[in-house]
Amino acid sequence: MLKDSDRIFTNLYGYHDPYLAGAKSRGDWDGTKKLIEMGRDAIIEDVKDSGLRGRGGAGFSTGLKWSFMPKESDGRPHYLVVNADEGEPGTCKDREIMRHDPHKLIEGCLVASFAMGAHVAYIYVRGEFYREIEALQRAVDEAYDAGLIGKNACGSGYDFSLHIHRGSGAYICGEETALIESLEGKKGQPRLKPPFPANSGLYGCPTTVNNVESIAVVPTILRRGKDWFANLGRANNTGTKLFNISGHVEQPCTIEEEMSIPLKDLIEKHAGGVRGGWDNLLAIIPGGASVPCLPKGICDTVLMDFDSLREQQSGLGTAAIMVMDKSTDIVAAIARLSSFYKHESCGQCTPCREGTGWMSRMMSRMVTGNATVEEIDLLEQVTRQVEGHTICALGDAAAWPIQGLIRHFRPEMEARIDRAKKHAVAA
Amino acid sequence: MTMVGQEDYQPDSFEFAPATMEMAQSEIAKYPDVRKASAVMPLLDLAQRQNDGWLPRAAMDYVARLLEMPPIKVYEVATFYTMYNLKPVGRHHVQVCTNLPCWLRGSDHIVNACKKKLGIGFGETTTNGDFTLTEVECLGACVNAPMFQINDDYYEDLDATSAISILTQLELGETPKPGSQIDRKSCEPIGGLTALFENNVKKTNA
Repeated sequence: MLKDSDRIFTNLYGYHDPYLAGAKSRGDWDGTKKLIEMGRDAIIEDVKDSGLRGRGGAGFSTGLKWSFMPKESDGRPHYLVVNADEGEPGTCKDREIMRHDPHKLIEGCLVASFAMGAHVAYIYVRGEFYREIEALQRAVDEAYDAGLIGKNACGSGYDFSLHIHRGSGAYICGEETALIESLEGKKGQPRLKPPFPANSGLYGCPTTVNNVESIAVVPTILRRGKDWFANLGRANNTGTKLFNISGHVEQPCTIEEEMSIPLKDLIEKHAGGVRGGWDNLLAIIPGGASVPCLPKGICDTVLMDFDSLREQQSGLGTAAIMVMDKSTDIVAAIARLSSFYKHESCGQCTPCREGTGWMSRMMSRMVTGNATVEEIDLLEQVTRQVEGHTICALGDAAAWPIQGLIRHFRPEMEARIDRAKKHAVAA
Repeated sequence: MTMVGQEDYQPDSFEFAPATMEMAQSEIAKYPDVRKASAVMPLLDLAQRQNDGWLPRAAMDYVARLLEMPPIKVYEVATFYTMYNLKPVGRHHVQVCTNLPCWLRGSDHIVNACKKKLGIGFGETTTNGDFTLTEVECLGACVNAPMFQINDDYYEDLDATSAISILTQLELGETPKPGSQIDRKSCEPIGGLTALFENNVKKTNA
């Protein structure tokens, strides 16, 4: 189990003062000027070497992403945009950072922006997080007043401004190019890539979009050293991670743990175990709504990291763990997610706009068994035609949960169809 | 032009009150001068707040003029994002999450309790204009499920009893306590801490 001394988010639960005095007592803003004096390249190298992979879902190397930004400005400003549009069902980690440890995020914004030559950063927060935005704004104001950000931030000679942008309720804006569109004052519809944001992002300028957690851990990584971070977890899956454990556990909670912790340990140590005991487990969605569910057999041994979950044809995603015990109607659970994706499709690409509606309607029929066994195959085929055929990953995200259901729970779907048929004959 | 889901009754004009205008100007100041359109979302939100929680066409047109945007661009935004209400809503906008993590923890009971208590279904407003009930997607408080949001506040770790109690308090003009409705500060395990024990949290990052 991760030692308390290795935890980054030491005010995760808000038991202590979230604001500047409290943050400083927890080690934030300690020698930030020195971090900046490391220089851009050294910061990026350290972040790369620490093995930090993006905490928003895709798991791309954060340092590598930063290195894609132009070394010199061609006259266009550079931007850092922080994705705080936390909306992936099951995920509620960035919320805790913003309301309980906001200065980690703000300090991270300064260091990351400096490393990428950005003098302006925006934090795009989902609109429903009204109170979290109040807390974050208060912390930003404190940081300005204390000279930590603004002109000559932390006495480093670097000018840096930070603004909070409030969203208005659209899951799709968590996709980085949709978020940029939204920040420009448009509908949140994803852009085709290339050009990638590092070449042409916000206002057509070089932009990097990073998740809240990815940015908030950077100052600690730089202070404690890349090796400290790299030695936690497994190779290629390093560091600590915030996990959200929800659903059928005794004690749902958010916890920072070492990457690669066995899923079973994580749930038993921190969430009080599965309701009714581990043997009462049916399935777990390990990384937010978009990743395929895993049946108990896999959950027994799987490790919570990018590579281990990918080997099981699922994913770490946002590390939001949704636990379902044997009382769960698993088909209805996945059908609920299908209806979510139908609701959130932005309508731009035909396979997603039409496909999410079609899949959702088909899934409702699967819930009651009002379907034929052949239609399970048809449904599977349709998910393959949506997946990979859209501008952004929402199409994939809508397809994967259904594929996971068919892969692991096809007998349950077939039995349900059989039952419905017999019932119809009897009636 | 008509918009889907738009209110029939539309006021003729709209403008920001001086205090709102001041907030609007500080929003606009966040973005480069030539990128005023970036402020469209916060300004629509301010307009909605000033207008008792819903956005009339006149407010969209007003924001369009203020930001020098074609009105259609503002309509697109106002109709794309779910937090803009194109019709009047009750003083208390009860938004119940029914997504998977809340559903697994019994959001169906919360939905039924709200419907029964208020005597309305989703998308409806009580006749006295006090409450609107809306089904929403994940609000990002999943380890505190089930939950609902009323106006700007989250109410978490609900059961049918606490949900009804919150609605009753609002009915009586009282202010219910936001956040977790059980003995819990935020997202820590209900049964007691498994990490971050009091004495260990200082200076660990230095």
